[in-house]
Amino acid sequence: MKFNRNVLPNKEEKKGLFKKIHLSNNIGDFVFERLTLLFAVSVFLLVLLMGYEMYQSSKLSIDKFGLSFLSGSTWDPVKEIFGALPIIYGTIVSSVLALAIALPLSIGVAVFLAELAPSWLEKPLSFLVELLAGIPSVVYGLWGVFVLVPWIRDYVEPYLSDKLGFLPFFNGAPYGFGLLAAVIILSVMVLPIITSITRDVLKSVPAAQREAALALGATRWQAIKIVLADSRSGILGATMLGLGRAIGETMAVTMVIGNRALISPSLFDPSYTMASVIANEFTEATSELYLSSLVELALVLFVITIIINGLARLLVWSMDRKWRRG
Amino acid sequence: MKMNKILLAAAGLVLLASQAFAQVQLNGAGATFPAVIYSKWFDEFKNNTGVQINYQAIGSGGGIKQVTEGTVDFGASDGPMSDAQLNEAKAKQGTNILHIPTVLGAVVVSYNLPGGQKGLNLDGETLADIFLGKITKWDDARIKKLNPKLSLPSRAILVAHRSDGSGTSFIFTDYLSKVSKEWESKVGKGTSVNWPVGLGGKGNDGVAGLIKQTTGTIGYVELAYAVQNGIMYANMKNKAGEFVEPSFKSVTLAAEGVKNMPEDLRVSITDADGKGSYPISGFTWLLVYSNFKNEAKAGAFVKFLKWAMTKGQGYATGLYYAPLPKTVVKMCEKKIASITVNGKKVK
Repeated sequence: MKFNRNVLPNKEEKKGLFKKIHLSNNIGDFVFERLTLLFAVSVFLLVLLMGYEMYQSSKLSIDKFGLSFLSGSTWDPVKEIFGALPIIYGTIVSSVLALAIALPLSIGVAVFLAELAPSWLEKPLSFLVELLAGIPSVVYGLWGVFVLVPWIRDYVEPYLSDKLGFLPFFNGAPYGFGLLAAVIILSVMVLPIITSITRDVLKSVPAAQREAALALGATRWQAIKIVLADSRSGILGATMLGLGRAIGETMAVTMVIGNRALISPSLFDPSYTMASVIANEFTEATSELYLSSLVELALVLFVITIIINGLARLLVWSMDRKWRRG
Repeated sequence: MKMNKILLAAAGLVLLASQAFAQVQLNGAGATFPAVIYSKWFDEFKNNTGVQINYQAIGSGGGIKQVTEGTVDFGASDGPMSDAQLNEAKAKQGTNILHIPTVLGAVVVSYNLPGGQKGLNLDGETLADIFLGKITKWDDARIKKLNPKLSLPSRAILVAHRSDGSGTSFIFTDYLSKVSKEWESKVGKGTSVNWPVGLGGKGNDGVAGLIKQTTGTIGYVELAYAVQNGIMYANMKNKAGEFVEPSFKSVTLAAEGVKNMPEDLRVSITDADGKGSYPISGFTWLLVYSNFKNEAKAGAFVKFLKWAMTKGQGYATGLYYAPLPKTVVKMCEKKIASITVNGKKVK
């Protein structure tokens, strides 16, 4: 009887429960509980420690530049003036645009795989999507340099500037290397992540939901809409994971983005991302202030990631509440 | 039980013996550019003497940092340490740091003209103005004047530079700072600089990729990389007014042509005097403590340095580095002879 209660404790009982275990000398359970607690806390501590360490190592540059580190647009290692605005801009714009391309595609692929595809097609397709997620980013980078960039330079950019050149986004000389190439390569890289998670989320929606909708006379599309609405918090989570990968991506991006700290409306112009700057310049940074500024850049990246994750959590939470109420 | 004890004793003996005969082991870290010849040197040296030297190519910045903190036995860098850095190291380690040049590297200006035209001639001021974004077309009068034989198109010049911090960029910007006042004040020299125009490629291969792929591009890569990959390069006008093709010989000549070599060997040899010298080249240095604390290590490392200056130089051209000229080797040997261990001469 006692044992059964132990299996499924409710919140109020939890505290007293472990006391009981302790008293009844069940050392195994006690150790296991403490051990998992230790692991859980260590993750938390690790994040705190990382933030603290980065803050400490970047103190020199924080004291020297203050907020101008975030608002300045000159990144000059020789004169030791470090303003990261164009780099932060490049990071966010490239990731968000990549997501804007990848998200509808991913959801489309996931819906097809989970709801529509015949099983002989679903298995190999799912496998291929997961294979895409496993390709190392340097391979994407090489593909970008040798295939994507020439294609963009010779076909995409001339076409865009011919048809839409009156817009500032498609203005400039077509070199291939630049923000557009980075956005496309990033969207290909995040696509498999969002797709495979979304597919799993869709599949986890009980079949009864679909059947009920169909039984009430819904069309297939309407039934899918209900399934999608059911799994939106999961899809949002998948999107955030994709965004996380896009923001932190270093190798493939630096190989195609043109690596220039520049704020320009044009997608044809080169840009730069925080992860690429750190990877590019850290090894040869000799002065204390330079190193400290690179660490501050890492700290900014860290904080941005936390903010985005926090916002996503908030969004999921508020949507869940609305859903329950509605 | 008894058997176990005997085994244990035997194991202990083996351990002791191995410690007694443990070979001298040295650790170093630093520049990536000379890593190829260093690993060859350390390998050969180990085969000859049994001394193991480990080298981690973590970049010049890391090399300077580690030698300052005393976490390695020696460092390596493509750019010399500044006075402030030397003072810091002295305060932390209680000994001076010597700069010992080992080999020479050079940077070539590579380009891609329509029709694969070869033999572009450039001088320093023109090159600086191209990289400053002041000369924007290939048929600019100043480029035309230097190249009456080439048919230069009215095409925009795309500038390609290194995006990662590197000794190659240091030598290149050092040269531009010497030949152009404007470059010196606006941009300056460093392993990474704030480039006024152009696209950045990661590594030599990244820049070479940019150049190869886009007609009308100009950039710079390491001589060794250019030679190995058959990349086209420009002839540069030197101080004597000649257009010189980059080669191991013309690079060594540049080092030979340095007048008034400073005593501490921290010298830039870009835009060097002397006939036949190629103007965009530089030393790469080993950073060595002038006073060692460990006798065995000091002995082994001094032996290695002497070997590197003599036999070691023979490996340079085979691995696409330019060897040091004899004048510089002599100065290095003097430096090496001055290394001490706890204040006494190294045996």
